[in-house]
Amino acid sequence: MANVKLDGVRKVYPNGVEAVEPCHVDIPDGELVVLVGPSGCGKSTLLRMVAGLEEITDGTLYIGDAVMNDVEPANRNIAMVFQNYALYPHMTVAKNMGYGLKNRGLPKAEINQKVAEAAKMLNLSEYLDRRPSQLSGGQRQRVAMGRAIVRSPELFLFDEPLSNLDAKLRNQMRIEIRALQQRLGVTAMYVTHDQVEAMTLADRIIVLNAGRIEQIGTPGEIYSRPASTFVASFMGAPPMNIFTGTSDGQQATLDGGVSLNGAGAPSQTGKIQIGIRPEDVALDANGALPFDVDIVEELGAHRLLHGRLSGQPFSVSVGKDEAAQTGPAKVALKPGAVHFFDAEAGRRL
Amino acid sequence: MKRAAFGQIGFPILLLIPQLVIIAIFFYWPAGYAIQSSFYLQDPFGFGSTYVGLENYSRLTTSRTYLSSFWFTVIFTTLVTFFSLAIALLLAVKADKVIRGAKTYRTLLMWVYAIAPPVAGLMGVMLFDQSRGNITQVLANFGYDYRLGVNYWDTAAAMITVSIWKQIPVNFIFFLSGLQAIPKSVREAALIDNASGTSRFWDITFPLLAPTGFFLLIINITYALFDTFGIVDTIVKGEPGNNPMTLVYRVFVDGFRGGDLGGSSAQSVVLMVLVLILTVVQFRFLERRIHYT
Repeated sequence: MANVKLDGVRKVYPNGVEAVEPCHVDIPDGELVVLVGPSGCGKSTLLRMVAGLEEITDGTLYIGDAVMNDVEPANRNIAMVFQNYALYPHMTVAKNMGYGLKNRGLPKAEINQKVAEAAKMLNLSEYLDRRPSQLSGGQRQRVAMGRAIVRSPELFLFDEPLSNLDAKLRNQMRIEIRALQQRLGVTAMYVTHDQVEAMTLADRIIVLNAGRIEQIGTPGEIYSRPASTFVASFMGAPPMNIFTGTSDGQQATLDGGVSLNGAGAPSQTGKIQIGIRPEDVALDANGALPFDVDIVEELGAHRLLHGRLSGQPFSVSVGKDEAAQTGPAKVALKPGAVHFFDAEAGRRL
Repeated sequence: MKRAAFGQIGFPILLLIPQLVIIAIFFYWPAGYAIQSSFYLQDPFGFGSTYVGLENYSRLTTSRTYLSSFWFTVIFTTLVTFFSLAIALLLAVKADKVIRGAKTYRTLLMWVYAIAPPVAGLMGVMLFDQSRGNITQVLANFGYDYRLGVNYWDTAAAMITVSIWKQIPVNFIFFLSGLQAIPKSVREAALIDNASGTSRFWDITFPLLAPTGFFLLIINITYALFDTFGIVDTIVKGEPGNNPMTLVYRVFVDGFRGGDLGGSSAQSVVLMVLVLILTVVQFRFLERRIHYT
């Protein structure tokens, strides 16, 4: 078990594309950090640099207190779970799990014992003699997990491990992974593009966009104080509504003329962006904001109302018990509902 | 497979006729004729034949030249198959690792495939030629007097070398695509599990290449046994003398040079049986070959 430190780690591909800008991350021992972002944001590249599957262009990677930049992947004492499981198709489940230990020169009896333990933990005991092709997707995923566990690594690396599973299994495996990681107390880095997975699994989340770290924080911080419009609209479903508007230092006004009374305003004046989460708004006959509802989306537990506020697209989430219909309505803001962002860069104000 | 429905039996047969006619005329008729004439002693000028039963066959088992060709063919096939597979695998593994300019590099390696066998044979002969061959000259610098077509072993070496050289590109293409079919993540998982490149190759890459390898093994045995005729012919130039030759080439030499059509037919029948065995092996194993998914 170990802490992980990325000190200015950067990736530039031979064709000059900078996949990951210099980033500084500190992961304390035993923490599960989720790297999240849209595809192509560099999250997998970052993980693969930690694994040693990609070369680090600049900066220093520490696992424990040792510099790992030029250490072979097999000697970094890490374990990785891949999206498509990456099991060895010609080996049985037991051999798959024991292969790494065999290469470390462990005696056979010890390997068998460790494999049996891990298999028991993952409910795989009766499948040890099967080939991966004879297993279901969820079982293969478990074998991949088992292969990671038996190594007793200092660091788990997960590269979208649940993307190939169906939704129900994904939820179940997500809980299992979290429970397992906490029981073993091993530091983990987990890559996903699914913000729900990120929110539910993480001790801390790293949000990446276009090779740059947008924000590092706990799920709560990320959700309630997004550092940029990108984070605000990426994390949370449905995404935060982002309006264009202006601020005079006292009061913010949406383009289109509607003023947000009592919501405060940033000290910066002039053009700004204003964010409001769909769930931070309530339908209220006495509300101050006029809302034109165009579409009502039925989602079971709640409904989504899509329409316009001050001429700009606006979505509101309401509980299933609230009456909702298309046409004009009034809404009121919950306290602390309004976020202000810089007009150009989208940074939080 | 979906079964097409035809009203009556006549139409499908009509569609099959061209193919069946070709097979009958060019395969079954000559094969049947060979079997028939292997039991006869033929007059070389075609004036008549005498039924001799199995004498043509029994003569083969005692013929010193035939047995020598037989053993040469066994060694020749083994060496050609082994080395063309091994070298191609080595090249494929190396080519697979190339990242920059990979396409150009691979294309250059595959180009050799486009050379026609007789041309390849001819180029080989020129390299090994007694008076002006480059390889002959190199060997002469080392004090070795290389004599193609005169010394049995020298000729054998040239035959084997040219045959291997000609077959490498085919194997290379198959091995390379086989390597590229191995999922990247499986290799990466191996990279994390095992620090040694050599043992990674034998533990992971090689077993995953086995289906390709087995297919190529059959293809290469067939090639070495039968398709090397052109190369052997170019090197021996129809002057058998003391030179080594493969069984297929001996069929031609004994039948058309020696005029022993009966004996030559018996040899063809032996080869037919050999092909039959190979085909059975190929179907038994290739059809059921393990598919890793």
